[in-house]
Amino acid sequence: MEKIYLAIVLAPLIGALIAGLFGRKIGNVGAHSVTILGVAIAFGLSLYAFYMHVWGGLPTFSAAVYTWAAADSFHFDIGFMIDHLTVLMMVVVTSVSLMVHIYTVGYMVGDPGYQRFFSYISLFTFSMLMLVMANNLLQLFFGWEAVGLVSYLLIGFWYKKETAILANLKAFIVNRVGDFGFLLGIAAILMYANTLDYATFFERLPALAGVKVEYWPGVEWSLPTVIAILLFIGAMGKSAQVPLHVWLPDSMEGPTPISALIHAATMVTAGIFMVARFSPVFELSDAALSFVMVIGAITALFMGLLGIVQNDIKRVIAYSTLSQLGYMTVALGASAYSAAIFHLMTHAFFKALLFLAAGSVIIAMHHEQDIRKMGGLWKYMPITFVTFLIGSLALIGFPGTSGFFSKDSIILAVQASHLPGATFAYWSVLLGVFVTAFYTFRMFFLVFFGKERMDAPTRSHLHESPKVVTLPLILLAIPALLVGYFTIDPLLYSGFFGTAIEVLPAHDVMATLHEHFHGAGAMMLHGFTSPVVWLSFLGVALAGLMYLVLPNQLPMLFARIFAWPKRVLDGAYGFDDFNNVIFGGGSRLLGRGFWRIGDVRLIDGLMVNGTAHLIGVTALQWRKIQTGYLYHYAFVMILGLIGLMTWIVFLR
Amino acid sequence: MPNVLPTIAALNLMPILPEMILAGMACLILLIDPFLPRHGRNVSYALTLLTLIVLFIVTLLHMSPEVRLSFGGMVVNDPMSDLMKLVSYVALAAVLVMSRGYLRDRGMDKGEYYMLALFGLLGMMILISANHLLLIYLGLELMSLAMYAMTAFKRDDGRASEAAMKYFVLGALASGILLYGMSLLYGVTGGQLMLTDIATALTHDSPSLALKAAVVLLVVGAVFKLGIAPFHMWLPDVYEGAPTAVTLYLATAPKIAALAMVIRLLVDGMGGLMSDWQPILIVTVVLSLAIGNVVAIAQTSFKRMLTYSAISHVGFIMLGILAGTQAGYSAALFYAIAYVVMSIGAFGMILLLARQGYEAENLDDLNGLNDRSPVMAFVFLLLMFSMAGIPFTLGFWAKLAVLQAVVGVGLWWLAVYAVVMAVIGAFYYLRAVKFVYFDAPTDTTPVNADWNVQGVLALSGLLVLIWGLFPSALVGLATRAFGG
Repeated sequence: MEKIYLAIVLAPLIGALIAGLFGRKIGNVGAHSVTILGVAIAFGLSLYAFYMHVWGGLPTFSAAVYTWAAADSFHFDIGFMIDHLTVLMMVVVTSVSLMVHIYTVGYMVGDPGYQRFFSYISLFTFSMLMLVMANNLLQLFFGWEAVGLVSYLLIGFWYKKETAILANLKAFIVNRVGDFGFLLGIAAILMYANTLDYATFFERLPALAGVKVEYWPGVEWSLPTVIAILLFIGAMGKSAQVPLHVWLPDSMEGPTPISALIHAATMVTAGIFMVARFSPVFELSDAALSFVMVIGAITALFMGLLGIVQNDIKRVIAYSTLSQLGYMTVALGASAYSAAIFHLMTHAFFKALLFLAAGSVIIAMHHEQDIRKMGGLWKYMPITFVTFLIGSLALIGFPGTSGFFSKDSIILAVQASHLPGATFAYWSVLLGVFVTAFYTFRMFFLVFFGKERMDAPTRSHLHESPKVVTLPLILLAIPALLVGYFTIDPLLYSGFFGTAIEVLPAHDVMATLHEHFHGAGAMMLHGFTSPVVWLSFLGVALAGLMYLVLPNQLPMLFARIFAWPKRVLDGAYGFDDFNNVIFGGGSRLLGRGFWRIGDVRLIDGLMVNGTAHLIGVTALQWRKIQTGYLYHYAFVMILGLIGLMTWIVFLR
Repeated sequence: MPNVLPTIAALNLMPILPEMILAGMACLILLIDPFLPRHGRNVSYALTLLTLIVLFIVTLLHMSPEVRLSFGGMVVNDPMSDLMKLVSYVALAAVLVMSRGYLRDRGMDKGEYYMLALFGLLGMMILISANHLLLIYLGLELMSLAMYAMTAFKRDDGRASEAAMKYFVLGALASGILLYGMSLLYGVTGGQLMLTDIATALTHDSPSLALKAAVVLLVVGAVFKLGIAPFHMWLPDVYEGAPTAVTLYLATAPKIAALAMVIRLLVDGMGGLMSDWQPILIVTVVLSLAIGNVVAIAQTSFKRMLTYSAISHVGFIMLGILAGTQAGYSAALFYAIAYVVMSIGAFGMILLLARQGYEAENLDDLNGLNDRSPVMAFVFLLLMFSMAGIPFTLGFWAKLAVLQAVVGVGLWWLAVYAVVMAVIGAFYYLRAVKFVYFDAPTDTTPVNADWNVQGVLALSGLLVLIWGLFPSALVGLATRAFGG
């Protein structure tokens, strides 16, 4: 099996290398063929690995493939840890990646960076697989940084566009903040557990549970709390949790397939995956779990609210991604790791679908992204319309869709949790359902119904996108609609994850849920009696009222009544302004100070130029000793001899 | 000692077979050269090279990890002498091959050049294998006299004659100092001349005044040929004044022989007095590193810059000796071999750029070499990087080895000082590289030097790179030379 795992990782890498290095030679068709082939191989083998592990009864694989470096007693290995959690992630990553690869053939046609784009997304697939398949923290960190790098490259893919450059810079810098915490967490593990290997670390964990860390004189925290919170700070950067979320909306500057693959379905969920992977640590700390839950709840509700005021179709979906990531984080905080991963999976499908469908709309609209300039598109592009509707229904959790099962499970799990902050989290995610339904269908109605507000030339060219674009939409719509119904029972209630996820009995909300679970069908029927579904219906109804029935009066009226809250939302709570003034301005001020005093005066002025000047002057002086007169030379020799003689013979 | 003449068999002549071959061949060339055609000394040149090849093979075949004494113990052959001799042959061969065109262009292609080179080599070999104070003196003088004569080889050149004059007078002064030291040592040890006997005789707890004076005189006499400050004054003038082909000769193989003399005298003979000679060497090394690196910056002549760089390099070599450990000696030898390789290349660059009637000695002459010959420019870059001690070149490992040796005996401050001086030195090496790559050439004709000059230069660049990437082979040789 080891060879198969290697092949899964290497196939996309080889594709990326060929497309990247020989892109010019093999042309557009060559580039997309070779990368799609690479990812298809990875997908096929991932399915095989999934089958072998889940039905074939293969035990958890955990071994080093080769040792990269050894220092003292530490081994830095490249290795794989393949269990049920990993194979699920592998299938999700490779399947969405494959769809996006195919879709890109249609979306990027005619772009001068065509081969480069395919090289990047294949490289991304490789990095993401390295991340999820790692058996140690070093490799996890490598994958973590590699996906960050590719994300940076792809947000700034159109590098002549200034907003894109600023956006990729922002993503990179904000992620550094998170990575700083993550790196400290890894260092803490290395320091206390003396290993970076997952399995060894978890073995040694019970012994470390009672260790106290005094990080400030007189203030002690337990070691698991410190490690868990540091690791979670890393997850906050990658999975865009408040207050490190600011980069994700701006990342929409990148091409749409990237928004679907990296900034919705896979990379941003790496933080969720990582926390689930480290569930044994988080379980040991109620404080860390509460922290995770509260951060997630804030993200889920407040980022959703921002979606209401956006007019760019991709930004609406981006804020909904933030909000959904918040849901997953809440689930992690409630110890419902399996529910978080379940939502991660369903979200990957329906959010990739939504983004790709939005991309299809954008193609049709000739790269116009403002939903106020759309309308009535349903009759021009029926496939996009239907698949977009499926994605939207899944997003709002319409009973029967995959989103319903995963999101409802999260809300129920939070309700069952007794940790501090659980009540706040419960109300946040509950209200979030209404908000989600409202902004989703606001967008949906504005795009596909109502008056056709685009200009005449655009309207005359409106038509359905080519097959290479609609095929991935259809293929993604199927799991977006159905995957929840078929997998909720096995994933959540049949011990699918086995030992991959560890939950203490005191935290085991999923067990509570299990008592009330009587099959997916029953859950659907029961859904209609719960407030969750009705809240989402209410959201849809309000959106319909505002944008279908009275589109000319109500939105204006609401904007006037809620003028002040709207201003707050338009400014995205002022996070960007705050960062610009305090962190941006502060570091610029500090940098200028260091530059003027430290660099110009001390280093350049005194040390570099000063010593160079001194040596130059000395050289010119000493040079004069070499007079060219023989008797001077002999004199110096004799003087040297006498000096040494006096010192050695008489003075020592 | 029994008053009976030893038989030929008891003399055990096999270990000095190379010296005998060399003496015989030198005399043979001396005899047949006058009968050869007036122009072109192809036969003498070929015979000289043949001699070196034969010597190389004979020495290689007789190599042995054991110490072999001959001539009643006066001559010693050990792994160190074998390695040093082999390096000397190769260095001399490289020098002769490179000098050929230069000598011909300047009408200096005379048979005497080859004979002097061979007699000088004989002196070096005797010095390398000497186990007796008189033999040391004999070898030193044989080598030095050949070198004086070679410096003055261009008789009608004022600069060369002046240089030879200075060299001869100061050399005589140094020989006098050395001889004075030897006679004191002879008296103090009660009439011992054999180095091994001297070592056993010097078992006093505290050395007498006379012995201390002898140590100072011997050290000064021994380091003169290396050009250690403050006994370096002759070196810039001689190297600059001598014809470049001779400078190349002076700067390479004799350094190995001089290092051998230092090791034989100080380590083999007066190892017990280390606490007395170590401080002297420390002072001279500190001075050498400062003068070599700082004054080089002020030079406008590339040739003169290289002579100051030579002063700095011998300072580094002495770092290994003053450490007084096996690791230190082998580091010094390793450095010396590396220095020979680098200076063949660096001084060879002057030969490369020189034309008939024009000596390309100034730093300006290097300008834009990259436009004229990219390959030679890259070789130049490698050589300069190596001299500056930039990883991963040969020079880096050489510096690392001597610094490790010094740190190994706890002389931290000296290692730090040496590194600071090396950083200062890096400035002028890199400045030369800058001239080659970034300045516009004053002379835009492509370089069309002999293939043998270019070939040897390329070889030295290659060695610097290959031994820089895989230093362990050379390190191993230098370590085994001291029984490690």
